[in-house]
Amino acid sequence: MLLRLLLSAILLLQAQPLFAHKASDSYLALTVRGNAIEGQWDVALRDLDYAIGLDGSDDGAITWGELNGRREQVAAYVLPRLQVTAAGAPCPLKLADYLVDKHTDGAYVVLRFRVECPRPGPAIDLAYALFFDVDPQHRGLLRLDYQGTTQTAVFSPTQPAQHIELGEVRQGSAFLQYLSVGVWHIWTGYDHILFLLSLLLPAVLYRQGRDWHPVAGFRPAFMEVLKVVTAFTLAHSITLSLATLGLISLPSRWVESAIAASVVLAALNNLHPIIDKKRWAVAFGFGLVHGLGFANVLNDLGLPQGTLLLALVAFNLGVEIGQLAIVSAFLPSAYCLRRSRGYRTLCLNLGSVLISLIAFAWLLERALDLKLFSGGGL
Amino acid sequence: MRQRTRRALNKRRLASAFALLSPLAALQAAPFIPDSDGQILEHLPSDAFARESRSLRKDLRLNPGNLELAVKLSQAYIKLGKAEADPRYYGYAQGLLNPWWAMPNPPAAILLPRALILQNRHDFDAALLDLDKLLRLEPGNTQAWLARAVILQVRGRYEEAQQSCLPLTELDDILVPVTCLSSVVSLTGQAAKSYDLLHDALAHTPSLSAEQSLWSFTVLAEMAARMGKNAEAERFFRQALEANGKDAYLLAAYADFLLDQRRPGEVVSLLADKTRVDSLLLRLGLAKQQLKASDLADTVASLQARFDAARLRGENLHQGDEARFTLFLLDRPREALRLAKANWMAQREPKDARILLEAAIAAQDPQAAQAVVDMLGKTGMEHVQLRQLASQLGTAHSAGDR
Repeated sequence: MLLRLLLSAILLLQAQPLFAHKASDSYLALTVRGNAIEGQWDVALRDLDYAIGLDGSDDGAITWGELNGRREQVAAYVLPRLQVTAAGAPCPLKLADYLVDKHTDGAYVVLRFRVECPRPGPAIDLAYALFFDVDPQHRGLLRLDYQGTTQTAVFSPTQPAQHIELGEVRQGSAFLQYLSVGVWHIWTGYDHILFLLSLLLPAVLYRQGRDWHPVAGFRPAFMEVLKVVTAFTLAHSITLSLATLGLISLPSRWVESAIAASVVLAALNNLHPIIDKKRWAVAFGFGLVHGLGFANVLNDLGLPQGTLLLALVAFNLGVEIGQLAIVSAFLPSAYCLRRSRGYRTLCLNLGSVLISLIAFAWLLERALDLKLFSGGGL
Repeated sequence: MRQRTRRALNKRRLASAFALLSPLAALQAAPFIPDSDGQILEHLPSDAFARESRSLRKDLRLNPGNLELAVKLSQAYIKLGKAEADPRYYGYAQGLLNPWWAMPNPPAAILLPRALILQNRHDFDAALLDLDKLLRLEPGNTQAWLARAVILQVRGRYEEAQQSCLPLTELDDILVPVTCLSSVVSLTGQAAKSYDLLHDALAHTPSLSAEQSLWSFTVLAEMAARMGKNAEAERFFRQALEANGKDAYLLAAYADFLLDQRRPGEVVSLLADKTRVDSLLLRLGLAKQQLKASDLADTVASLQARFDAARLRGENLHQGDEARFTLFLLDRPREALRLAKANWMAQREPKDARILLEAAIAAQDPQAAQAVVDMLGKTGMEHVQLRQLASQLGTAHSAGDR
């Protein structure tokens, strides 16, 4: 421990001369939470010294004492050079904290502040004027965090103002992000894919006695797939919504184990059909369980309450898009292969055996997880 | 387990997607309150110039719009910015010219400093425009002719650069036009003649100012290095360093020479305390790589942080150096090639040609450096390393054709 402290102290000392010569930047970070806006503004001491003079003792070094002693002057110089306006009314900046930080080119004073808007609105306007009069090559680098999304912008003498639509920030990139998580989840969630495949494999066949026969036309195969997929979608959408909105809640281990069990049963049903005609009902019943699994994923992402509904819709839509892509790849190829012996022996029978074995392994794993770790935790 | 890992992965993906959106986060450590009032946070230049400039700025505040005072101070900051390779000083210099900056036809005195600031920001065309305006007003302004020659040489427009050196013969000091001319002409297939010319001129000049000595010996040393006269190059680099051991351009050029000689230890001792300048930190990193130094990773991380910080500003003034960094220290040839190609659009000095060749060879894309091969053919430039790389590229090329 001591050694590590010593080492990091040495590293810090070494880091000192690595400061760079670079053009002047300030780093302005704004965080919007509901109606409150908090800010942090990092301003280089070199720039401040050039503008208002910090080195009181004129010895070529700025000490914390010198900087801290001029807290009022620094705040009075810097803060008014950012003007925030919401709904046409100016929002005053109130200094909350006065700190120091190091950036690549040296020490910065860190001003933390609150922005107090009398009339919060769906948009804010920022006008930036720091140092442009003494150093036109100065840039203000803005980062704005709002409900899980981040926007960046650069203030310059030719572009000193930014208009930021808070609503747009939310609906734009967050929606796409949750959409892609949905797609990604269904593609990499092998249990969902295998469940769907187990139900779809027999769709291009029909059963007479103990034997499978290829369907004559495309229509019955298509209708069967449509029924299964619609039932699955309907079911998991219902439970996904209910769980995400907090109306139902089940322990995730039960849900995960039940999902594995559903894959085992769906695959076994192809080898020894118990439910043959109403496969859509199987899709619906187990779809309810899979929906709870999707809800756990969404929950794990740490949803901000304000965007819950948006995230839910985007994620669900992503899941459906991902699912549709799988089905549209599966159906034409299965339909073409349905007459071959290989399809029945290899794809349907051997495939179902393999799926049930894999899913059974998951079931054991997830159930074992429960037995081993439920008491002590990991 | 699998499910959990997958979720964790999912979560990480999303988190990293957000992190990508906020590159600032990476640069911000945790702010702190220093332990004591006496703790030194920042060192400032506190020499005579710093004091003098402060009083001049005070005068200027009392007389805003005083052209003479503003130009004088602006030129002092440009000089300092050049000597220290510190872009902040160019920013101050520009700030002092604020009242005249946007004027299409400002007073003549504004044109030279404005051109030098534009040149520093790699806005070469605008800089040349200002210099041409100035020279129409003052055809005898040798400083403007010299600045023009330098920019044209950087842009690879050697004939025009040569033309721009000629009016310098009006000066009493013959060494200025000779250094200007031989610097350009040595890149156009007449290296030996230029070398002899500058060498003789230096030998016949009894006393040199430090500034003149720095410039002429740096030019001569680089010429010798390009011709493979390594012992001579070494001697002239040392003489230039004697004149000024802090000049960033000279230090970078000498470090490159030492790196080519596989003398990384000397690079480390030359540059260890001069790492504020990105181009010098890069050479230090390359030396540490040759030495297989244990702290190479720290230097690479610092360089990365600096290039990232520059990118946040939306600037790409150092694509040549960034290409070298990306190729040799990150080992990403395709990315390096993209940077080297973009750099070649702005700057065409031998070092810009070199990184383009090196990146094209590493990325196995000989076509990408065809412009350099064409340039070598057209100018007849003598340059040991460039010729060697070009033939290596040619071999790769014909191997590719087969």
